[in-house]
Amino acid sequence: MTDTTSNTPAADTAADRARESELSSVGRFLKATELDIRMLGMVGALLVIWVGIHILSGGLFLTPRNLWNLSVQTSSVAIMATGMVLVIVMRNIDLSVGSVEGVIGMVMGVAQAEFLIRVMGFQLGNPWIWIIALAVGVALGLMIGALQGFIIAYLEVPAFIVTLGGLLIWRGMAWLMTSGRTVAPLDATFQLMGGGPRGSIGATASWIVGILACVAVAFMLLNGRSQRKRFKFPLRPVWAETLLGVVACAAILGAVWVANSYPWPIGIVRQYAQRTGITVPEGGLFIAHGIAIPVLIAVTVGIVMTFITRRTRFGRYVFAIGGNPEAAELAGINTRWVTMKVFMIMGVLAAISAAIASARLNASTNALGTLDELLVIAAAVIGGTSLAGGSGTVLGAMLGALLMQSLQSGMVLLGIDSPLQSVVVGAVLVVAVWLDTVYRKRV
Amino acid sequence: MADTTVPTPLIDMSNISIAFGGIRAVDDASIDLFPGEVVALLGHNGAGKSTLIKILSGAYKRDSGQIFVNGEEASISNPRDAKKYGIETIYQTLALADNVDAAANLFLGRELMTGWGTLDDGAMEAEARKVMGRLNPRFQRFKEPVVKLSGGQRQSVAIARAILFNARILIMDEPTAALGPQETAQVGELVMQLKADGIGIFLISHDIHDVFELADRVCVMKNGRVVGTARTSDVTQDEVLGMIILGKCPPGAIPGPGALKIAA
Repeated sequence: MTDTTSNTPAADTAADRARESELSSVGRFLKATELDIRMLGMVGALLVIWVGIHILSGGLFLTPRNLWNLSVQTSSVAIMATGMVLVIVMRNIDLSVGSVEGVIGMVMGVAQAEFLIRVMGFQLGNPWIWIIALAVGVALGLMIGALQGFIIAYLEVPAFIVTLGGLLIWRGMAWLMTSGRTVAPLDATFQLMGGGPRGSIGATASWIVGILACVAVAFMLLNGRSQRKRFKFPLRPVWAETLLGVVACAAILGAVWVANSYPWPIGIVRQYAQRTGITVPEGGLFIAHGIAIPVLIAVTVGIVMTFITRRTRFGRYVFAIGGNPEAAELAGINTRWVTMKVFMIMGVLAAISAAIASARLNASTNALGTLDELLVIAAAVIGGTSLAGGSGTVLGAMLGALLMQSLQSGMVLLGIDSPLQSVVVGAVLVVAVWLDTVYRKRV
Repeated sequence: MADTTVPTPLIDMSNISIAFGGIRAVDDASIDLFPGEVVALLGHNGAGKSTLIKILSGAYKRDSGQIFVNGEEASISNPRDAKKYGIETIYQTLALADNVDAAANLFLGRELMTGWGTLDDGAMEAEARKVMGRLNPRFQRFKEPVVKLSGGQRQSVAIARAILFNARILIMDEPTAALGPQETAQVGELVMQLKADGIGIFLISHDIHDVFELADRVCVMKNGRVVGTARTSDVTQDEVLGMIILGKCPPGAIPGPGALKIAA
């Protein structure tokens, strides 16, 4: 089997070769692997930040414990950032996500801790409680998104104004729900969505997830290759495919290994041992956290959203509308309905984030998600989403969220005051977008 | 023509009017088109050519008047309706989604799907390669967003999109405005080829030379009204220029409501 099969006439193949030989070795590498320079740059920036903070903090950053916490802290913003990509790609903005998160967190909290128990007479710990609470939250997110999306798409009020109004309205609603009272504690099962020792899946399950993910990566690479063969398109060289597969699997298994290297705290191990009747050996018992449930949720959301943007008609339309709204309309796309659907997705994602954030706090407060809209927008923009519309990736936005969170928790480790943290995060946002602008002009 | 009676026009737009904020952009305009015929629409900027044609392609909704496709009244209120009747349009602005590739543009709104209900990008690219191979055999940049293509390449993407779905009526709004001489000649050949296939073509152009080369009939508009319609064989280029500039209808043409009244 040859590495490159092509149905193009010989002259074109020769021209391709000629063009290829003009490229440098870096260029050849990028062409063969079809990797995006911007994405590589972001991974590079992330590694620089990680190593830099690790050194400055005297070895506190790149530890299983910190990385595990970082992953949990990132999930909520990362989930919303995947939806913000679609919103911004369509040349809109959503300033209300933090407040929507707040009001949904409050509704879910009241539903599970008060309404279902006191009014509906559910027993504490009834397995339906968390399901109903979550379903109510997701339904509310869908409705809020539909309402805002309807006003933006059909009543033609600019998204900036509608969601700025939403920022105030939903935050106010969150307060009005309980007159500002915090609702706690939450249902025990619901809390698992927030992570923690019990909200993680343990070592064995984590390895299984990791191996399944590697199998999926291999399957996707092979499937992509057979698709290209089916239509006789140029194939990636075998070495490039193998390299991509190996790097992806190494990253996945490395992440699992890190999550499995972070043991439960001694106190919780002792409680667990007492409850199950195990005797704790001399040197202590090593029970690994494994992957946290909120991280699993975030990764799943990321995969689903990537699928939606890349493989569905809806995703194609979102990008086409962002690139040229008039052309999309003339091509017969129902741009208003697509706009409304994007905001509905954003609402659902805000609900999922609300579940994770309130479960992590084990409380619903009316301040939940305050200023998250800015983190979410910043994550999407740092992740390469253009505010001019038409371009952006889900993976980039999630990496952007991780980068922002790394900076923030890194500065906490370094003992930097919170006003200075804001200064740094703000500056990084501006510099990142400036670099991106420079990059776009050169390409 | 074997028919003894007048054949049914492919398109018959009659007494079409549309106003934007009190300005009558198109005023009581009528125009028809027969299979295998090229009708050129001429006129100054703002004469109402593009507006009239956008009513046919569903981009604008007419205030009054009727549209008949193959003799039957058609209700066209959006671009999707127009496409249902086999009316395809190549816009002056090309109307391409700049940030996606050629195949995605060709199939925009009519994507090929796999059995799983997902986009079949492979099949779309393969089809795109086929149709582009016919129009522009040297075109190879299928993976790049169309914003990176040259003017001529973008034009061929727009044309390919229009002919991909077996259009019966093709509207070309300034198809050669952004093209070099060689590419313009290519478009001319394409028009002749489509015409031979029995497709009716509305051609909007400023280039009167092009028009006389390609069109069977011309229809001149001025201030939103039709000055007159004529077979290109019955009028001279100078007479057509007179129609465009002065609104003066020559003897070889059928005068419309916009013709200069004091012709004496």
